[in-house]
Amino acid sequence: MSFDRRKFVKAASIAALGGVVSPPLKLFGGVVVDGQSAEAVPEAVSGCIGCECSPVAPPTNATRWAMVIDLKTCREHEDCTICMDACHKTHNVPDVDNPKEQMKWIWKEHFGHAFHEADHPYLEEHVKHSNALLMCNHCNNPPCVSVCPTNATFKREKDGLVMMDWHRCIGCRYCIAACPYGSRSFNYTEPKKYFAEKGIQIEPDFPTRTRGVVEKCTFCEERLARGLWPACVDACPHNALVFGDLDNPDDPVRCLLAKHFTIRRKPALGTEPEIYYIV
Amino acid sequence: MIEKALQGGKGYWTLIVILLAVIGVGVLAYLKQFSEGLTVTGLSRDVSWGLYIAQFTFLVGVAASAVMVVLPYYLHNYKMFGKLTILGEFLAIGACIMCMTFIFVDMGQPFRIGNVFLYPSPHSMMFWDTVVLFGYLLLNILISRVAMSSENKGVAPPKWIKPFIILSIPWAISIHTVTAFLYSGLAARPFWMTAVLAPRFLASAFASGPALLIILCLILKRFTKFDAGREPIQKLGVIVAYAMALNIFLILMEIFTAVYSGIPEHIDHFKYMFVGLQDAEGVMVTNLVPWMWTSSVLAVFSLSLLLVTKLRQNETILGIAAVAVFASLWIDKGMGMIVAGFTPNPTHVVVPYTPTLIESLITLAIWGMGALIVTILYKVALTLRKQVQRVPYRA
Repeated sequence: MSFDRRKFVKAASIAALGGVVSPPLKLFGGVVVDGQSAEAVPEAVSGCIGCECSPVAPPTNATRWAMVIDLKTCREHEDCTICMDACHKTHNVPDVDNPKEQMKWIWKEHFGHAFHEADHPYLEEHVKHSNALLMCNHCNNPPCVSVCPTNATFKREKDGLVMMDWHRCIGCRYCIAACPYGSRSFNYTEPKKYFAEKGIQIEPDFPTRTRGVVEKCTFCEERLARGLWPACVDACPHNALVFGDLDNPDDPVRCLLAKHFTIRRKPALGTEPEIYYIV
Repeated sequence: MIEKALQGGKGYWTLIVILLAVIGVGVLAYLKQFSEGLTVTGLSRDVSWGLYIAQFTFLVGVAASAVMVVLPYYLHNYKMFGKLTILGEFLAIGACIMCMTFIFVDMGQPFRIGNVFLYPSPHSMMFWDTVVLFGYLLLNILISRVAMSSENKGVAPPKWIKPFIILSIPWAISIHTVTAFLYSGLAARPFWMTAVLAPRFLASAFASGPALLIILCLILKRFTKFDAGREPIQKLGVIVAYAMALNIFLILMEIFTAVYSGIPEHIDHFKYMFVGLQDAEGVMVTNLVPWMWTSSVLAVFSLSLLLVTKLRQNETILGIAAVAVFASLWIDKGMGMIVAGFTPNPTHVVVPYTPTLIESLITLAIWGMGALIVTILYKVALTLRKQVQRVPYRA
């Protein structure tokens, strides 16, 4: 399966040319679909699009953000790094060569490493050799928040985002010890130096961090505040990432979760990770 | 009182100068770390705590172990430990300061450390650990200061100090319990997430701390006029024997649970420590293996010496056993415990950690600083005691 909106848009546009569907249609985050137009192109429609639930922009009143990642689609584009590049560019995440000090907000990990409990020697070949896209799970019950001795990392009341105050963080790295997903990175050295070294432009819209603090994916709270989708979601040309409000039964993420078998990383730990994977 | 630290023989000053030199080198090393960041250490995104936090953990135990002389003396009126209590308390002060320094040098943003108090977070075990450690340091400074000054005046310590002394006993237990809670509450790290961690920490503390005290007493006896007495040192030997036996027992419990259940994420850490584990490229990583076996052999060796009464009663053999206990437990807690908890990492990948030279020099300097503090405090205590010429009378 694939909830490839681009394919849909293409089909819809062709249909539109034929006068079947009327505009506006917008790219994801969203294709504005009314019931009629969706019905008009039944072949091309898949995933949540059939549910009339693909909003143009992220909801403003979400109470629990979550993401569904379609690893099936990801697998079709093995070497694709568009979402990762977009995220790291948007957030000035330095490109560090030393694997021990790498900064990762969103990255690919061997499937067996990411889902150790689901791994076995006779796993479906293409799954076995595939990679899973990982990032902060924005746990509903985040252990990193419990351990932080300064509340520099905290869960935002209104929508459950696990946030960081880089000005308060003392760099004790307790949160790294507590995170079961390896989602946190520590600035072992001055991050800005990597931009100079590699001639990469620093994005003026987002703060750079200082040496000695921990950082991680923020689910793009700064973009959400401006009514934009998270950078990775926005960038994915294959629509493999769907983001939305888990508390809203009509949201695309809920729709996808209702329609597909999904798994989460280490659910037994009770952290309630908010990233769901279609494998 | 403190001026007594400025009067000493050649040996005393040589020791002071050596310790200051070690500290000086470490300060330079720290300046490098301070200007370049923790990149100068062997730490990584996978093993994010190493030598510093491990030393901290080990030394909290040494600090807590003062209770092993304080408790028999004050609660059981075991007079024999009268001469030792001040040494135990001073050792606790030195160890507490070392612990705090190790935490400080481990911080990515050391100057923000005040944030722990500016934004208190009772849900964090690190917050509580800071609170209990500071409290314990203050308690020991207060108690030893009052006791010394009364002794100096040849009067009995004031009555009001007694509740503080009694409080220091459970407080000592609490510092190491809370330190164990730092680790044992983490679902992410199965190696640490064991209810037996706090008891095990206490057992190893009550072996390593008194073992260090035995070593210090024997050194003092040899190089100064201070003799703690045969009996109290022997008694400490018995305490070390029991605590070490309990510690080994608890480690075996851990190994049984992991090995018999066979759950990979529990057993893998032990494999990494004792036989090695493959990294992502299939290369066997065995960097902890020789250390852990050394620790195990030393543990069995020292316990054998301690358990045989005849051997233990020989002060030289007791000294050897004390050194072996201390070395064994230092490796176990000061190297194995923390690093093995991070290896393999949460994605089951082995990333080896080796401390760098800079990191080792800073570590050595903090040990040097602790030794300097303890040396000066012991010097003051023993000089005063010599002058007073009185059997110490406390409480």
